[in-house]
Amino acid sequence: MVYSDKVIDHYENPRNVGSLDKDAMDVGTGIVGAPECGDVMKLQIQVEGGVIKDAKFKTFGCGSAIASSSLATEWLKGRTIAEATAIRNVDIVEELALPPVKIHCSVLAEDAIKQALADYQNKQKGASAPSED
Amino acid sequence: MKPSLQVYLDYQATTPVDPRVLEAMLPWFSQSFGNAASRNHAFGWEAEKGVEEARKSMGAAIGGSGREIVFTSGATESNNIAILGVAKMYVPKGKHLITCSTEHKAVLDPMHALEQDGWEVTVLGVNEKGHIDLEELRAAIREDTVLVSIMHGNNEIGTLHPIGAIGAICREKGTLFHTDATQTLGKEAIDVQAMNIDLLSASAHKIYGPKGVGMLYVRRRNPRVRIAAIMHGGGHERGMRSGTLNVPGVIGFAKALELCLANREADQQRLAALRDRLQQRLSAGLTHVHINGDPDNRLACSLNISFEFVEGESMLMGMHGIAVSSGSACTSASLEPSYVLRALGIGDELAHSSIRFSLGRFTTAEEVDHAADLTIATVLKLRAMSPLYEMAMEGIDLSTVKWGGH
Repeated sequence: MVYSDKVIDHYENPRNVGSLDKDAMDVGTGIVGAPECGDVMKLQIQVEGGVIKDAKFKTFGCGSAIASSSLATEWLKGRTIAEATAIRNVDIVEELALPPVKIHCSVLAEDAIKQALADYQNKQKGASAPSED
Repeated sequence: MKPSLQVYLDYQATTPVDPRVLEAMLPWFSQSFGNAASRNHAFGWEAEKGVEEARKSMGAAIGGSGREIVFTSGATESNNIAILGVAKMYVPKGKHLITCSTEHKAVLDPMHALEQDGWEVTVLGVNEKGHIDLEELRAAIREDTVLVSIMHGNNEIGTLHPIGAIGAICREKGTLFHTDATQTLGKEAIDVQAMNIDLLSASAHKIYGPKGVGMLYVRRRNPRVRIAAIMHGGGHERGMRSGTLNVPGVIGFAKALELCLANREADQQRLAALRDRLQQRLSAGLTHVHINGDPDNRLACSLNISFEFVEGESMLMGMHGIAVSSGSACTSASLEPSYVLRALGIGDELAHSSIRFSLGRFTTAEEVDHAADLTIATVLKLRAMSPLYEMAMEGIDLSTVKWGGH
């Protein structure tokens, strides 16, 4: 596999690796993928006044999966919920120059963003249980 | 940018040509360049003589004779000739073949091709160490079974099948036995008589010889194995494999085998010690590692190991300058993890987390230590960003988590 410079950069210097308190009311968590498929992404956002103040990720997966989630956290920070919702996997594919066999990594990142946003919004609605998609 | 220290630990994929092998081959390119099939001039006689000497020494090296060696383009062709050639010749006896689930594709795929033509193939399963059940094999052999094909050493996990015991069962039941010895020729003791091997495939490039040349041992007596040609032409190799012989390749193959056998036991002990050193370093430096295959009965050069919670391709990406293989789906064209590891029943997540290290003649302790250090550092880095590692450290049993799937 030949990687783009951007994938290598995110792999070598991943942005925003870590975890936020998943039980905090201002934190939304998305966990997508499955170990037997070779990819699991955890993506978390912390929201203040409708704006994403912080974003963290942890990923089990190939270099492209790590880069996709790292890039996603970079893009999420400073965006409003509405702006975050607009992030599409094709944007990630383009930015990282992912080859066709790695497009699923970008799809996983988009799913993780959506799930994290939904989790946050559910918490705001006062839902007691975390969301399941 | 090329990293300063390149370490090749993929000797089960291929090996560099030993300089002594190359030296032996060189005169056969432009000085003694004759066609071994040219019967009426000195150029041809010279090439034929070189080939026949190589054939004789290689036949003797496995307990057979030179007349039982057919030269091919490599082990894939040898396996194809053995399976398709025997099947075609023995149709009157029956249409049943036996193999096992961890064989190389060069055995499985010709078998599957025969299935399309109405043959029945029994694929024996393996246990968690990669071994077939010999009683299951015995029970699977029928009146109409024409061939059993079980490899000697597995190319991914290194597990050594007891081919002597398998050969004895096949002989007793009256069926032919083929073994793919690509990973073991020149490394493990092979005696086609004592082991009752009727057909044996091997390749030069796995033993410090050139790419593009292989061999097939075809037993000539007790029983005489007959093979229908699958390549037609000038009737070379007693009609079993038409095509002008790769004379330099054949000379190189014989020299490579001679060098392997000259010091076989000491070489294997040295490799096993280095392999054990690598395994011990990795096991001491990391938790949650699993050795795949049979730790007590495997190729001396081979270490297949899974690092829980990290994915194989991302590991390869971090191990700059270390050439190894992974069973991860992301490193294969099919996007499926290694079918060999899956056959062991270890679970897809551990298959995705596997790395195959394979050592060889030119591997040094320094290289092993460097590879171990870099592997440990990469695993630690990736575990720090692995959600699975985090969950496991929190005491969550990952097998009970309901994953979304993808």
